[in-house]
This record gives sequence, structure tokens and C-alpha cells, in this order.
Amino acid sequence: MAKDDITKSFKFIGTRPNRPDGFEKVTGRAKYGADISAVGMLHGAVLRSPYAHARIKSINFEKAAKLDGVKAIITRDDFPKDREGEPLKLLENTIAGEIAYYDGHAIAAVAATSVFTAKEALKEIEVEYEVLPHVIDVDDAMKPDAPIVRENAGDFSVPEGSSPNVASYIEFGRGDIANGFDKADIVKSGLFKTEAAHQGYIEPHACMAQLDHNGQGEMWVCTQGHWYIRQMCSEVLGLEASKLCVTPSEIGGGFGGKTTIFIEPLALALSKKSGGRPVKIVMSRSEVLRATGPTASASMDVKIGMTKDGYLTAGCVEFRMQGGAFGGSPVSEALQCAFASYNMDAVHHIGFDVLANRPRAAAYRAPGSPMAAFAVESLIDEMCTDLNLDPIDVRLKNAVAEGSKSSYGPKFKKIGLIETLEATKEHPNYSIELGVNQGRGVAAGYWMNHGGETSVSVSLAEDGSVNVSVGTPDIGGSRASIALMTAETYGIPYDSVRVNILETGALGFNEPTHGSRATLASGKAVYEAANQTIAEMCRRVAKKWQIDPDAVYWENGYAKPAGPNAGDFSPISIKQIASEMDQTGGPIAGHHEASIRGVGHSFGVHIADVEVDPETGRVTVLRYLVAQDAGRAVHPSYVEGQFQGGAVQGIGWALNEEYVYGEDGCLQNAAFLDYRIPVASDLPNIDTLIVEVPNPDHPFGVRGVGETGIAPPLPALANAVAAATKVRLRSLPMSPTKVLKALKTGNDGC
Amino acid sequence: MQYHTPSSFSEAVTISKSADGLVKYLAGGTDVLVQLKIGNNSPDHLIDIKKIPGVKEIALREDGGWTIGAAVSGVQLTNHKKLSREWPGLVEGMELVGSAQIQSRATLVGNLCNGSPAADSVPGMIAAGATVSVVSSSGTAEIRVEDIPVGPGLTNLRTGEIITAVNLPKRNKHEGDAYLRFIPRTEMDIAVVGCAVNLSLENDVISSAKVVLGAVGPKVEVATPAAQCLLGEKLDENILSIFSDKCSELAKPISDKRGSEEFRKEVIGVIAKRAAKKAYDRALGNK
Amino acid sequence: MNKIHVKTNINGDQVEFLADPRETLLDCLRDHVGLTGSKEGCGTGDCGACSCIFDGDLVSSCLVLGVEAEGKSIETIEGMAGREELHPLQKKFIEMAALQCGFCTPGILVAAKALLEKNNNPTETEVRYWLAGNLCRCTGYDKIIKAVMETAKDIRETA
Repeated sequence: MAKDDITKSFKFIGTRPNRPDGFEKVTGRAKYGADISAVGMLHGAVLRSPYAHARIKSINFEKAAKLDGVKAIITRDDFPKDREGEPLKLLENTIAGEIAYYDGHAIAAVAATSVFTAKEALKEIEVEYEVLPHVIDVDDAMKPDAPIVRENAGDFSVPEGSSPNVASYIEFGRGDIANGFDKADIVKSGLFKTEAAHQGYIEPHACMAQLDHNGQGEMWVCTQGHWYIRQMCSEVLGLEASKLCVTPSEIGGGFGGKTTIFIEPLALALSKKSGGRPVKIVMSRSEVLRATGPTASASMDVKIGMTKDGYLTAGCVEFRMQGGAFGGSPVSEALQCAFASYNMDAVHHIGFDVLANRPRAAAYRAPGSPMAAFAVESLIDEMCTDLNLDPIDVRLKNAVAEGSKSSYGPKFKKIGLIETLEATKEHPNYSIELGVNQGRGVAAGYWMNHGGETSVSVSLAEDGSVNVSVGTPDIGGSRASIALMTAETYGIPYDSVRVNILETGALGFNEPTHGSRATLASGKAVYEAANQTIAEMCRRVAKKWQIDPDAVYWENGYAKPAGPNAGDFSPISIKQIASEMDQTGGPIAGHHEASIRGVGHSFGVHIADVEVDPETGRVTVLRYLVAQDAGRAVHPSYVEGQFQGGAVQGIGWALNEEYVYGEDGCLQNAAFLDYRIPVASDLPNIDTLIVEVPNPDHPFGVRGVGETGIAPPLPALANAVAAATKVRLRSLPMSPTKVLKALKTGNDGC
Repeated sequence: MQYHTPSSFSEAVTISKSADGLVKYLAGGTDVLVQLKIGNNSPDHLIDIKKIPGVKEIALREDGGWTIGAAVSGVQLTNHKKLSREWPGLVEGMELVGSAQIQSRATLVGNLCNGSPAADSVPGMIAAGATVSVVSSSGTAEIRVEDIPVGPGLTNLRTGEIITAVNLPKRNKHEGDAYLRFIPRTEMDIAVVGCAVNLSLENDVISSAKVVLGAVGPKVEVATPAAQCLLGEKLDENILSIFSDKCSELAKPISDKRGSEEFRKEVIGVIAKRAAKKAYDRALGNK
Repeated sequence: MNKIHVKTNINGDQVEFLADPRETLLDCLRDHVGLTGSKEGCGTGDCGACSCIFDGDLVSSCLVLGVEAEGKSIETIEGMAGREELHPLQKKFIEMAALQCGFCTPGILVAAKALLEKNNNPTETEVRYWLAGNLCRCTGYDKIIKAVMETAKDIRETA
């Protein structure tokens, strides 16, 4: 296939073959983080702060060290003392120094010959704490009398006079806001709140690490990005990065939460202290919920102006988000997403990244976008109801398209919001009749997606099959998508391609499987690398035919003469070329490294139908549709899977998931029993509609699809509940308690 | 921890009385193993009763009532057609305890002895008038199920007292029971409120009623005043409304991560009236 | 702590191991017998990733002690496929993309197999309630339920 064409007549792309790693996964043979063991292996356990905020006055582990089977105990003293900036924050979060900043913050760790011994040793470690006042809620943290989470937390961006718990501040916008609101027929404001949610991957964090005194180390870990793990561990421990080899296991879900470090440096430090024995640490579910990286909680003010025929004239938002004790809530991404779907002349955004005594937030599927969507899409829906306008029509009137200047700056290239809105409107789900106590909600959502550093290689095997080496772990079927793109590029059968995910020593730096980038970025890079090998194969065939390399082209797995002038040669197959490689110049391989650009934005529109029990406030989802622009669905089944998975996470966040803290600042629901993710019986089928508006900057038109799906459900469900009950909830989750209270008192939950 | 597998209840009693430290019994293990994992009240001695003859049997007594062995699982109850037909309320309470996986192991006796005020099988047992056979070094006694729970996580059983079976009275015609609970999801949650109702009818009029409320107090609440509202009445909307309000009034719930006090007080009334209706319809159909 | 010698039958093989009485069946399968296909997602019976068949019953192996396996017969995910062929459920899951990360998949397959052996004509609601104890975070359950329903249909048609 010619390199510069984007064609719709694909041979492999768009089909639904079996994924290459399916066999291992359905038989239990695939090896995940905790599925490894080694001779001489020790088991690690972590002592964690029982307080939300406390000064650590002393740690005495003499008794613990004497237990039979205990081989190493570490505290902060076992880590470098000269870390600064981001490495220092990582280190602080990995293991507390002078202060424990949240319930579950790691204080010390033990390696012993059995898990039971390690846990008993933890009980023998004596820690003297001085309990300090704590703050949990984001708005509470900004009050003048709030306990200070960390001194001097604010960076250069924070305005004078701000609360000491504001770590950073962002403000941007354009246009004449006052004029915009003047032009509106209605102006509406609202306060919207969301609580923190956890990514909820079923596999707890697990790793096995080994580190020698000479600084040489190895790690097996379930992660979305092993180069990030290598980099972060090296930074925290003061290691030379290339001496640490990190191998990714299969991963049991990540959704952004496994792109950073938690237990990994602890395992390495324990290993070194034990004399280089491998140390395995597996987090318990309660540790995962308490002490990994849930997303932020948010308190959001929105004000929007609309004309009576549904045109948006101006919008203002102020988002306050807490991302734990070290900052890093996704407030700036949330602001970028807030009005991204709409053409608005006047927009103004303010954001506060606020500290609280809670675990350090990590990324969670389109970080910030769901919260922003909840606030803005709910308010727009309220205005549609006030003006008696169809919610999809209003969105169509304001939707961004190619050439639109986005609310946060960049101009959009070709995007598919309008197409997605139109397809949603046409879908049968939009016209199904509803019964009593039932309501329908519509909402749009957006994610920017990401390219990022990518390094891949491709090589020909002697039998003409192709090995592809990438650095993006396969969370949801990307091996299949990359194999499809490779097969398409070469014109060889899908089963002739084998995709491997290699360890850190084998490729250049790769960003994690995050930002919806595995299919996009690894795929694009593989396309380039494959084309290098195709060019080489054509060159070798040209030499054989004694013609100019330009006179040979590649099609459907064969090198062919380019037209009758080139000569009357029979096409030569990849198989034949491969079998002669050693004689024609040696191995044929290609590689590509780049910071991949040309990312395609992905817009989604969802329709949710609910029924609300007026006597108990219980919300049942009757019907759910995800429509989203995928650019090009390389493997439609896995694109649908991303749509469905994201939607259900959003449904859980909207209806039942939240972090519940006690007066003492400790997490009360650190188990799947009370951290309520959706179960199979809670849900209907999740209908999907793949829209394809190809990304002009990708050889196959691919846009990342993995993340957008989690944003629209939050407002779609709030809009559906409002339609069913005539009462508007502005606080999530819409648990039965909140819904019933709203039904009885009109209280919006804030 | 020491693990024991006695082959008789008297052996179990002996082990229990001579053991040092915390003793727990293992039937299905769906509560005990969670406590072991979390380190909450971890036992020093675990006495597995499943090797004792009779513990997995469901037997019909001469008086027409059922005796259910202490290790009979939820699945066994569900699969027992006759018992399920006579006591659907009791069985459906047990069926709501956890997932299909939990059902294979969980037991009525374990659910009772764990002492949670939200236990799903306990209201139904009490409403049915169930008793438990308790063995100790002084012999066997029969105790009403409603006398076993004392407070959250606490029963009135002492060291060396072990429940061997649950006993149900004979089921007569024109009687029906039901158990309903409220949870935020559709499965896998602990009851926010629960209610069991057991009714006897004479000419469609309620001649006796037992109403038991769960998860709205430190232990299950036998709602006698609410049951009294129903006596002598046919179940119509008016009576249901009075009954529902009475149950809400009797409930003394707390606010916790599973629900607020006001939510529980409101919703127990709703659940109670729905359970009463279900029990009534079953009684009508039980000819 | 004295370990207890356990003799049991796993996937048709006679197996022996030494167990600390506090170890769960899941711990023993994974750490002593090397069968890592059953997963620990929560350790408290809330997620179903450890599902096995224990003496004919579907259980969460994190809620059974290893020592209770004495004399019993256990089936894990590793015993589900035949020598030459995958079980129809396994094949259907791959074909219908009913797995993404694959971590919950062994537990779901074991649970679904138990359902279809009990009832080869379940309604969609029955499948959803049966699998309520198996958490999945990647798929939203849609393709899983469809794969189980399709397999049930195939089984009925070939019966």
C-alpha cells in the first residue's frame, strides 16, 4: 500500500480476528504481577499510617528484626536524602519521612521468608506518632482556618492571599465575558460536586524486585508503563536507569492508576538490604484503595449564557480539585475539556489544585474530563429543559468542527463531534418510549488523547512472518490492533504477525499505555518501522532484478515491478525474500523512535435511560448507548470494548462509587464490599455506535478511543435522573440516600 | 492458629472449653475467613464442624417441622424444593447472602452467629419462629433464634456452647413469609435495611403476624407493635400505610457509610410494607 | 506454626502439599501447587477472581482454607480446556472479545461453566445475577454476558 494514502478499502483493518494472546488468558496461563516467584524469594509487607495526618516522632523496629524469618526492614532512612522537586514528591509518597500525610501512607516495610511472618513483624514495629489536624474536603481545605497540609506548597502560579493549601492556580480564557452574558436570554449558574473514585482494576499492584549492591537490578511488575517505573525508581533510589531492567507482566487493568510507583521502590530497597534476594510485594485490596492513586474530588462553579434558540454565548468555570497531599489533581485538563465541545466566543476558566490529607491522585481515564463534563453538560441540560429545547439539537448548534478554535487554544483539525451527534440522534434508542418514573439523559464528552515517546522495532523471521516489538503493555487488546495494522501495511495474513511487549533494556523510551495512545502511537511507529523494512525488501529485489529501487513497489505481501517499463518480473513474496535474507544482505529489520504527534481528539455522545424508584431513590439503568468517533476502528470489537468499559466506570462513578471518610480522616470503605463498582446484574447491555471520521494525521486514520467513554455517563445519568424525577442532583454519586432526599426536599446534594 | 476437625459435637465442646485464646467455629467460613484475612478477631483455635455427622442434613421431623444442620449451605436450602415451598421468606433471606460462590458455603447458623444486625437470614428465621439446638457440657437446649443476637457482632452464646441445628415449626396452610431488603446495587451489598414478615390468615384476615426489622438497630428488631397493626385486618393500602409508618417509627438506625439514619427510617417502612404484601400474597396462595 | 499435610485431587491429578492452617485454598493453589490461574483480587470474597469448583460447588477459593481440601476434588481454570481443544466457553470468549485485560476471566469462565452445567438455557437476567459475584472493570460485562448466552445456545443446539 502506498504510504501516503488513507484508504477505506482495508483488507485487515476493521475486521474482528481473535486476539493473539487470547489462549493464554482464557486458560489461566498468562502471567500477571503476582504470578511470579523465584528461588530465595522473600515476601514484603508495608506498615502504613493509621492517621490522616501525623508527625512521625520515632520508629523502633528492634523487636520486629528479631523475629525468625525477617531478613530486612526499611524506613525512609534507607533512601537518598538529597532528592528534590518531582523525585522528592515521588519519594515522599513512596515512604513517609517526618510526616504521614494520609491514612495508609507507607511508613516502613519488612521482607521475610513468609507473608505471615512479614505481617507479624509489622505488628512489632513501634511507631510514635503525634497526631495533627487533618483536612479532607476540597472546599474545607481552602477555608482560612483549614489545617495546612504541607508548608510552602504553593508554586509561582498561586495568587497572593490564596489558601496555603493551594498548590497551583490556572486561569485562561478569551473574549468579552460580560458582553457574552448580556447577549444571552438566560444565564444560569450552579455548584457541582464529585467525589473521588478509584480506577478499580481487579488486579492489585504486585511486583518482584531484585537489587544488588552494585546497583544492578531487575523488576517484574504489573504496570502500564515500565519505562516510567524504571525512571521513577531510579530517581527515588538514586540508581542508574540503564542498570535497572523492568519487565512488564500481563496487567490486570490500570486505567491510569498503574502509570506510577507505589510499592516498587520499597521492593527494590528491601532486596538490596537483604543482600540482593528477590522481594515480592503484593498489595491487598484495602491497601490499593487507601494508598494508591484514586482520582481527585471536585467542587465546581459553572455559569453559562444561552440564547432562547439554544446558542451558547459565554461560559465561566471555576474548578477546585484536591489531588491528595502532593498536588497533581487534573484541574488543568478538566478546564481544557470544560467547553471543548462548543464554539463559544467568550470563555473564562479558573482552576485551583488543592491539597488535602488524602492519597496522591494518579491518572484515571481521561483525568479531569468526567468532572468537567458533569458540571457543564448538566447545566446545559438544565437550560435545555428551561427553554424546552432538544438537547442534541442544542449541541449540534454549538458543536465544534474542523477549523473551530477550541476553548483552550488549539484549532481543531478534522473532528467528528457533529457526525457523532447526528448518528446519536438517528439511533433507535433516542426514540424508544419511556414509562412512568423513567427518564432519558443525553450528554457529550471529550478527550484530547496523547501521542508521546514511542520506540518500536520490527523484524522479519526466516519464514516470512513478522515480529513486532513494542513497549506499550497490552491492557485491552492492543496486540491485536497493532498486528492488524502491521498485517495491513505488509499485506500479509494477520496470523503471520507476532507482537511482543519487551522489557526496558530492549527498546528506547516508551511512554505508558495511557492517554489512549497504544494503538495510535505504537501503531504509527510500527507503520514507520514496517515501511523501512518494506523499502529494504524492495531495494533487495530491485538489486536482484537489476533495476532501479524506485521501480519496485510493495503490494499485498509482494515486491512487484512498477509498471511494464520496469520489466517483466514475477512478484516475489515476503516469504521468499525472508528465506534469502542471509544471502542478500543479512537480517531485515526496522525501527522507529519518535515523540508521536498527530493525535486525534475523540468526542463521544451518550444516551442513558433510567428508572427511579420514588420510594427508595434507587436508580436503575434501563438502556445505555455509547456513540463515539474512533477515527478508524482497527479492531471494532476492542473499540466497542473500550466504549463499554469506560461507560460502565462512568455509571459506577455517577451512581455509587465514592471515597467515604470518617471524622478521623480515615477511609471507611476500603474494600469492594463498600466501594461499590457496578456488578453484572446492575447493568443492561451497553449499546455501541462507532462513528469513523478518520484522523488525517494517522496512516490509518486512528484516533485514541480508550478514555472519552468515561466522561459522558456522569452528566448523562444526572440528566436522566432529572428527567425521570423532575429533581436535579448536582452532586455525585447519586446514591439512593441522595436521590431520596432530593425527591423529598428538592435538595441538590451540594 | 490451631485447626481442629472434631467428629462429634461433644468433642467440639471439649476442645472449645480447654482451648486458650480466641475460639471460633468454621462452617462455611464466609465470615470467619474474611476476619482471618483482615486480622479482625483472628482466632487462635478454629474448630471445623463439617466432619460431624448430620451437620449437612435437612430433615423433616415427626411433628412436621424441619431441622437444618449447622453446616447446610444456602445452595442446599435453595435446592430443597419442599422446604423452599414452605418457607420461601426464610430461604430468600439466605439466598441474598452474597454471590453464587458465597451461597455454596454460607450457612444460616454462621449468618446468625456472626452477629451482624444486617444479617439477611436472621429476620426470616425469627419471623418463622425458628429455634436453634445448642449443645454444651450440660447437654442440649433449644433456644429461640430471636434470643441469640445481643449487639453488633455479639451473641449470647458462651464458650463451649455450640449451635448444632436450626429448627423450624410445622408450616400450616394459609401461612406465608417473605424477606426483602434494600441495597444500593442489585447484589453484593450488605442490607441497608431488611424486613421479614410471617403471616397466618383465617378467611384472608391476618390472625397472627411476626415482623422483624434488620439493619435498623444494634440488633434485629422484633417489631411487635407493627405486627399488632396487622392483626384482624385484611391487607389493604390503608393498613399497609399504617404498618409502614409504624415500622419507621420503631426503627432506631444509625448513619454510616451504607446509609443515613433518615434514609433508613424512611426506607424500612417502604421495604416492610412490600414484604408484608409479598407474605400476604403467599399466604393467600398457600391452600 | 505446624503445617498440615494435605492430600487432594486437583483437575484430576492427585496432589499433596504442606499448608499453614491459616492459608486459604487460593494461597495453596497459587503458592504450593503452582496453579496461578486463579487470582486474588480482594481476598474477602467480593470479586470472584479466585473462583474454583470445590467438591462440585462453585466457591471463592479465598474463602476456603487449604486444609479443608483434604480428600476433596477441586477444579480450577487450568483444568477447563481439553487436551486438544478449548472449552466452548473459552473459545467463545476469545471470538466475541469477552475479555480485555483478562484478569477476571478465569473466575468468570469457571463460574459460567458451573451455571451452564446446572442450567443450559438461562435468561440474560439469570446469567447476570449468577455472575454478580464476578467483578469485571474492563468490559462493562456486555460481551461477557453475550458470550455466555451464545455458548448456551450452541450447547443446546449440539445436545
